[in-house]
Amino acid sequence: MARTLINLPKTAKPGEVVAIKTLLSHPMETGFRPGPDGRILARNIVTEFVCRFEGDEIFRAELFPASSANPYLTFTWVATRSGGFTFTWRGDNGFEQTETAAIAVG
Amino acid sequence: MPRRSTVKPLALVACLLCGPPAGAGDGAPADRRSGFDQMSPELRAMQRDDTANPGMLAVADGAELWGRPPASGKPSCAGCHGTAEAGMRGVAARYPAWDERTHRPIDLQGRIDQCRRERQGGEPLPHESPDILALTAFVALQSRGLPIAPPGDTRLEPARAAGRALFARRMGQLGLSCAICHDDHWGRRLGSATIPQGHPTGYPLYRLEWQALGSLQRRLRNCLTGMRAEPFPDGAPDYTALELYLATRAAPLPVETPAIRP
Amino acid sequence: MTAQRPDRRRVLAGAAGTVLAVALRPAGAAPLPRTETTESAIRRFAGTSAIRPGRVTLDLPPLVENGNTVPLSVSVESPMIPADHVRRIGVFNERNPQPNVVTVHLGPEAGRAQVATRIRLADSQRITAIAEMSDGTYWSASADAIVTLAACLEG
Repeated sequence: MARTLINLPKTAKPGEVVAIKTLLSHPMETGFRPGPDGRILARNIVTEFVCRFEGDEIFRAELFPASSANPYLTFTWVATRSGGFTFTWRGDNGFEQTETAAIAVG
Repeated sequence: MPRRSTVKPLALVACLLCGPPAGAGDGAPADRRSGFDQMSPELRAMQRDDTANPGMLAVADGAELWGRPPASGKPSCAGCHGTAEAGMRGVAARYPAWDERTHRPIDLQGRIDQCRRERQGGEPLPHESPDILALTAFVALQSRGLPIAPPGDTRLEPARAAGRALFARRMGQLGLSCAICHDDHWGRRLGSATIPQGHPTGYPLYRLEWQALGSLQRRLRNCLTGMRAEPFPDGAPDYTALELYLATRAAPLPVETPAIRP
Repeated sequence: MTAQRPDRRRVLAGAAGTVLAVALRPAGAAPLPRTETTESAIRRFAGTSAIRPGRVTLDLPPLVENGNTVPLSVSVESPMIPADHVRRIGVFNERNPQPNVVTVHLGPEAGRAQVATRIRLADSQRITAIAEMSDGTYWSASADAIVTLAACLEG
């Protein structure tokens, strides 16, 4: 399990736009970089990040080797009701990880 | 603001090689400045924001390791030290310190590893192991904002003097010393990079070049390679001596761990 | 502004009077080999639609201390309501081995079209962000960054 840091407020008022910040520990090896022996290191990146609120997709990002190591993604969500978020990262070599968070809106 | 210089790199080096030997003295430039000040606003913002600083991933790992009992059945760090917030406050600011067991100076990373091996029955970990770095970053975070204050213990004096001598010594194929760049020419440019004063305020730090968290020792090895000098072997006492001198030279700049640097 | 980047291999002039010389790639050197042209990647994103400059703000530091981690943020003027919102934002580069940087998919639930991330820049270059709106129009903004390199590297 890779380390993640997810930041969003615990509460919000209806209609408020909240900022959601995510950070994942991942080398994002580009597949263009030589290793110490001179041979190109195999690509190993996260290719997709999806955030869902109560099952509905609210944000999706397709990542490429041009994303930095330890990918950082921030986006916004307009608070409508209380509920749960899921954050899913998928990538090379079968990488998949989901984290959750909740928000109380009212 | 760093002093801008129009001196081109080649001319700069020509000056450096011809000039009088740089005295390290008691060292530091009169106005001590952290390398933080010379970074772009974007990188400074990245360091300041705990929700965005990639070094905080390692700190989170360290927090978990702090509370995890080792396989040996001995207590976790928390088992002896309590919460890090209370038990480790101010500790990182007072390193390198004198180690009673080995009768030499020891840096924070070394102390943590020693505690892990000897009191927790832990397996020796490789140099620059992510777990040690994570724990060190977590412990050092507890001193963030506090002034660096290595102990005045007189037993540290020989190492401190050795560190000062290393800092002033011309080394390597280019005959450069640390002092030439970091005491005499800080603020000017080497290639396209601004030369910092070279204070170890934020270690372990996330170096963008490494794309990972790393130790002061790793950075010093990079310096030595950059100077075209032979890096000291891993874990050599020369590193600790130099770290001790650098901490003295940096005092009382505040601890910034986990810092971000290019 | 010339796009110069010190080569990682530093050439030493020789024993007597050694000088720290930095081998520079000549200004206007050909970009690194690419998997696809930027043009082609943009066409795959936007099809044959016209792409107009405007409505998009792209924030990128003009001077980058290390190309490994460059903060980038994009915002698009849009009410983000079901009838009028940003559907996708594609970010493209000109000199990395691959032209895509990141593509994000948004909807009215976002409340605002504002995203930030960190990207890699292999060289000084222009970055372009293109937004696809719910009405099928495309808008863009570009920003230039000069990428420098830290001193005293690992190898």
